[in-house]
Amino acid sequence: MGIEGVGARVARKEDKRFITGGGRYVDDMVVPGMKHAVFVRSPHAHAQIKKIDVKKAQAMPGVVGVLTGKELKADGIGNLICGWMIHSKDGTPMKMGAWSPLAVDKVRYVGDAVVVVVAETKGQARDAAEAVEITYKELKAVVDATKAIQPGAPQIHAEAENNLIFDWELGDAKATDAAIKSAAHVTRMKIVNNRLVPNAMEPRAALGHYDKAEDHYTCWTTSQNPHVARLVMSAFYNVAPENKLRVIAPDVGGGFGSKIYIYPEEIVCLWASKKTGVPVKWVADRTESFLSDAHGRDHVSTVEMAFDKDNRITALKVDTIANLGAYMSLFSSCVPTYLYATLLSGQYNIPAIHANVRAVYTNTAPVDAYRGAGRPEATYVLERTMETAARELGVSPAELRRRNFITSFPHQTPVIMNYDAGDYNASLDAAMKAADYAGFTKRRADAANRGKLRGIGMSCYIEACGLAPSSAVGSLGAGVGLWESAEVRVNAAGTIEVLTGSHSHGQGHETTFAQLVTQRFGVPIDSVSIVHGDTDKVQMGMGTYGSRSGAVGMSAIVKALDKVEAKAKKIAAHLLEADEGDIVIENGEVKVAGTDKSLPWFQVALASYTAHNLPAGMEPGLKETAFYDPSNFTFPAGCYICEVEIDPETGMTEIIQFVAADDFGNIINPMIVEGQVHGGIAQGVGQALLEGAHYDASGQLLTASYMDYTMPRAADLPSFKVSTSNTPCPGNPLGVKGCGEAGAIGSPPAVINAITDALGVVDIAMPASPATVWSAIRAKH
Amino acid sequence: MSDVSLTVNGKRVSGSTEDRTLLVHFLREHLGLTGTHVGCDTSQCGACVVHVDGRAVKSCTMLAVQASGSSIVTIEGLADGAELHPVQAAFKEHHGLQCGFCTPGMIMAATDMIARHPQGLDEAIVRAELDGNICRCTGYHNIVKAILAASAAMSKGAKGKAKQAA
Repeated sequence: MGIEGVGARVARKEDKRFITGGGRYVDDMVVPGMKHAVFVRSPHAHAQIKKIDVKKAQAMPGVVGVLTGKELKADGIGNLICGWMIHSKDGTPMKMGAWSPLAVDKVRYVGDAVVVVVAETKGQARDAAEAVEITYKELKAVVDATKAIQPGAPQIHAEAENNLIFDWELGDAKATDAAIKSAAHVTRMKIVNNRLVPNAMEPRAALGHYDKAEDHYTCWTTSQNPHVARLVMSAFYNVAPENKLRVIAPDVGGGFGSKIYIYPEEIVCLWASKKTGVPVKWVADRTESFLSDAHGRDHVSTVEMAFDKDNRITALKVDTIANLGAYMSLFSSCVPTYLYATLLSGQYNIPAIHANVRAVYTNTAPVDAYRGAGRPEATYVLERTMETAARELGVSPAELRRRNFITSFPHQTPVIMNYDAGDYNASLDAAMKAADYAGFTKRRADAANRGKLRGIGMSCYIEACGLAPSSAVGSLGAGVGLWESAEVRVNAAGTIEVLTGSHSHGQGHETTFAQLVTQRFGVPIDSVSIVHGDTDKVQMGMGTYGSRSGAVGMSAIVKALDKVEAKAKKIAAHLLEADEGDIVIENGEVKVAGTDKSLPWFQVALASYTAHNLPAGMEPGLKETAFYDPSNFTFPAGCYICEVEIDPETGMTEIIQFVAADDFGNIINPMIVEGQVHGGIAQGVGQALLEGAHYDASGQLLTASYMDYTMPRAADLPSFKVSTSNTPCPGNPLGVKGCGEAGAIGSPPAVINAITDALGVVDIAMPASPATVWSAIRAKH
Repeated sequence: MSDVSLTVNGKRVSGSTEDRTLLVHFLREHLGLTGTHVGCDTSQCGACVVHVDGRAVKSCTMLAVQASGSSIVTIEGLADGAELHPVQAAFKEHHGLQCGFCTPGMIMAATDMIARHPQGLDEAIVRAELDGNICRCTGYHNIVKAILAASAAMSKGAKGKAKQAA
């Protein structure tokens, strides 16, 4: 592999700027003449807008403009849309309500943007925002999705009767019901997946700059997919045609899904820049982020899992209500459907599965993909139910899982997915060994002697990554294809630039992607640069989410490298007067195999540009482009084990150890992969123990700051024991599967299985805070 | 408006700013030192930690005018020319950062932590001392590792220097 090639723990090339203060995030950008925007947001969860008076605000010091939704509509700016069409089981299309970037006649959640104020300084904009007078008529609000679909609930959008967006199903209802009816045992549970706020550390931001002379817009934005942002703002929101709109996502401080979507603020900054004649920058406060970033999860499910007399699963039936908030965010509809129900087979042979999902409007922030997106919800449903079933059946949780593991591949599940490769026993074995599972009984007894409650829990997860085959997602309702593009540019003196449609916001692409080039041509990694995040540089791309940058983004680079290699070999064969088939490229040299004839890499590059002596008919230059469209999803899987110790006096849960054994297929940079797992586990443990977005009945977000929403801190977590096994993915040229979301998917059920084991209870709500755990202990005695 | 004059990363600077301007905004907007970040509005996240007269301070908790007369070190002033500070080097070596947004605050808090514990650090102390800094990417695993490694390297370096002096 070499010290900088595939499989090496190469320290990150991008780190230097981040550790010296040289990172360039949107808030760091300064454009001459730039002014600052502050949004006036709804303080009510549900209200009619009766009157907006901006006169006082307009007269405030430093104010450049105070703009409303009416003006925005008059200029033809379109409504925000959800780009994935879901049809209800009766064949009707989902009921999407209108979402204006600035609310016109009605507000639907606390934080809904109504007016934008642009002023010389942010302080002045804030002062003026407070002087905007809006008269509301308050309406009754509903925040709980199960209540929102009851008759008589407040109606949020005229388009969606009873707030029901769709009532969708997947799988064979008849076969599932029949299997449950004839089962030897049925485990039944109600499972709640708590609402989370993604909380990337960099708040969302946008800087819009309209150039009057060129009639051209530039938008710097905190985006995971700047090309999708340009496409959507151009094609649907009528901001500007694509050739008149450049979108740049520079350094982005974490995303976790929340920066996939195009939000009102970037549209408004671009529009306001034209309207006011000045560049307009907006940066969210943290509380604004809590209120207006897309939230994650928020499912309520009832589950029935049927077993035969040999403890083999015969059927799974799931009925889920998914809270999508006040508006349908860009990919919100696919999260509780095709990213959720399709994973309900888990690692298990299940002959019959049926899932019914109702998606519901409430007066809360929009809900969309958050790290894992649907797959954590599916894993939580399955792995909590498996654990409960093992306890009911009186068998060990490991044994029950083993008995039901899929062991031959490819495997067609009853819910669309076709698993290509895996070895679930291998990861279970590795995790149990690393956790010293056999020694737990003694550790539990020792803890009991100290008056403490010990518990151990496991979770065997699977996910579908490498989103995704374009024709497959197209047939399921996606409005876009999910391929990726790459361009490999060999410069005349031999250095190399790789342009990619993937976007790095912490994933380390500048290093991992460069390792592919170093591996291929043997050139030093410092001679390779990765270019991303700018629609003027990279022609088109689909961005980074769904653990797709490895399996899809890197596969596109491999395809482009293949083309560059082929051309370089042709040129070298011509120059060295050798047969093309005898040319090999290694250690930065282009050689004729079995001879001492060779050329340094840079000479081949140079020859391609001088073009003095190229093979007859060959075009000059050494630059190739490729689009890669995957043939299947990839299926990372693994086993997580969590051991906890609870103090019954305080309800405090301490994580004694957390073990992760993952199968990500081949790995390019193990150091970066481990880092992804660590971060994912922290978010999963956060969901299980600490985090939860809470609205009161009137729709006020009670957890809108770091004083109220408990983020995992260093002392809440142990160091993690992580390892990997490898069944290479047969579906892409690198054999990689993706590792970005696994930690967040696999960990919540492991933690809750451990806590319920320690307490001897069937279920406990997430987050299992000290108060919740303490109450559960008291309720039991 | 108030006049503010400071020493920042060894250079004398002065300016006139609104009374309500926080130190972090003065550093970022008046001096262009954008390495110091703002991640929250309640002084919880620690992305804005700088050193004020040798102590780690959240620069969002302090008005620029309050800091007048102080000597400030920001992430931009930590390295010795081209040579990284041992904490910066350890964060890179141990992959103690991903998106990089919390990193400047983490590094400034860590250098202060190491300075306050000349006897050395262990994992429990590091985790407890990181109470004021939030990272959403790394799960803290490699940040803790990096700080322990930097602490060990710096105490070894200090001992080496002491030996040389003797």
